Amino acid sequence: MIKGLFVKKKKYATIPTGKVKQDVPEGIMSKCPECKHIMVTKELRKNLLVCQSCQYHYSMSSQERIASLLDDGTFTEYNADMISKNPLEFPNYVEKLESDRKKTKINEAVVTGEGKINGVSITIAVMDSRFRMGSMGSVVGEKITRAIEKAIEKKCPFIIFTASGGARMQEGVLSLMQMAKTSVALKRLSDKGLLFISVMTHPTTGGVSASFASVGDYNFAEPRALIGFAGRRIIEQTIRQELPDDFQTAEFLLKHGQLDGVIHRSQMKKTLGTLLKIHSEGGR
Amino acid sequence: MAAELEFEKPIHELEKKIAELKSFMDEKNIDLTDEIKRLEEKLSNLEYSTYSEMKPWDRVQIARHAERPTTLDYIGYLFTDFIELHGDRLFGDDEAIVGGVAFYKGTPVTVIGHQRGKDTKENVRRNFGMPHPEGYRKALRLMKQAEKFNRPIICFIDTKGAYPGKSAEERGQSEAIARNLVEMAGLTVPVICIVIGEGGSGGALALGVGNYVYMLENSTYSVISPEGAAAILWKDASLAKKAAESMRITAPDLKELGIIDEIIEEVKGGAHKDAKRQSELIDDVLDSSLNTLLTMSEEDLIEQRYEKYKKIGQFGFVNDSIVVK
Repeated sequence: MIKGLFVKKKKYATIPTGKVKQDVPEGIMSKCPECKHIMVTKELRKNLLVCQSCQYHYSMSSQERIASLLDDGTFTEYNADMISKNPLEFPNYVEKLESDRKKTKINEAVVTGEGKINGVSITIAVMDSRFRMGSMGSVVGEKITRAIEKAIEKKCPFIIFTASGGARMQEGVLSLMQMAKTSVALKRLSDKGLLFISVMTHPTTGGVSASFASVGDYNFAEPRALIGFAGRRIIEQTIRQELPDDFQTAEFLLKHGQLDGVIHRSQMKKTLGTLLKIHSEGGR
Repeated sequence: MAAELEFEKPIHELEKKIAELKSFMDEKNIDLTDEIKRLEEKLSNLEYSTYSEMKPWDRVQIARHAERPTTLDYIGYLFTDFIELHGDRLFGDDEAIVGGVAFYKGTPVTVIGHQRGKDTKENVRRNFGMPHPEGYRKALRLMKQAEKFNRPIICFIDTKGAYPGKSAEERGQSEAIARNLVEMAGLTVPVICIVIGEGGSGGALALGVGNYVYMLENSTYSVISPEGAAAILWKDASLAKKAAESMRITAPDLKELGIIDEIIEEVKGGAHKDAKRQSELIDDVLDSSLNTLLTMSEEDLIEQRYEKYKKIGQFGFVNDSIVVK
């Protein structure tokens, strides 16, 4: 295009996709992407996908996460068949969704449903970073909102595990508005005096970090998870200075008063179970 | 005189030509009336076709125009007895957001908005209208105050986005935005939001959960700036124009997507051509919508907001018949 000749080209940073892609353990043996420690994959899975040597937390699929938390056989999924449309008629979007559906065996970037933790009934939403980087479009917003509405209907706590690069660009401003949609539902949940626990896992950034992920009655995170509003490289470009190594990690947020705690995966079910017990026995 | 925009160049050239002919006619005493009349007709046609068929990128340029009226400009025209209130009571005062109390046609209201600077010096002070967490927390403090004293809230949205910086992250930019979304959902008073310039992502939405949301005709509202979208999608920020077209960020786009309630018409060529007249156009919409909301109960206001946002989004189900494009 001729016009392109007159526009000065700028090089912009892209948001780093983190370690999600490389750390899906396959095969008999798995090498830790952090410390290169080699483990038998079966052992690694038994250890909830945490490296025995350096405690690196591998990304978990939504299916694995649910299995690790809920009491056996108690999970019932909601709206598993809800799928994205292509409201902006974005090129290649439909194909990308299709390929992620095949790869992950789920229909969208969040799995919602109900079940029990140590016998306490809850509704839960688990985001899955393998599907379009866990990004939030209309379906993710709608499924989370419906799960919150279920919690209100059943008068039970709502728990979310976030893993998301933020709003899904291919659905443009409709994605942005899902932040508002989930927020109006959370406000209603809160006004009913119901419990909301948010657990941020790697990565939780952008529009997801700036909506439901940050407003739990309790906000927790997994160790070393990347959590933040703006991308690291964008910030580096803006302020033109080096950022600390631990910038936007769970530990960084804890230090700055943004989290109630950083919880090792091996302690997750126990911690949630205890909180649920506290809430079911005292008051509400 | 307003800075010239690329797509308006042909109009300005024609205007110049007409002016030249007029002075030539006066100087040499030759009658060129017919010629001038013909050109003036042509100008009027050209203006009509330029401004009635504005491309998304043209609107982006108008929305970002250095002389586009800001929140404080509109406050000056639309309200009386405005008293600005500062600070979040936690950390500081963020001048990228202004807020305060005032009268609107005799009704006490709270007004809040993003505030860009008019020149470099003011822009530095106001951080180019890009708020830190304390800005959002100040806004929330004023909203809660409005709720306590039963005052309607009017928000003006005009930001490239929340500030992406180290200190903003440390002080919880995400939480500040998220908190506003949740708390605005539950306000028991009327909330009216008007996008007057750029509606940049979560940083805009944090003042944008209202009973009615309006956009000025040439304002934009988007999940990411056209430059940012182009950089991520095609690794080339110079394709911003293309991104502006495919991301659907203009007022007519948002009306069609069911996100905003109404488009507020702009004066010909954009709000910067006549801020006073533009205020009158906003005034008409504000007046009628406020009158509607003032008749609603607290529960109804919250319920209306819930339903409004609940219905935004498009999705299908696996077993839906396959839609062929």
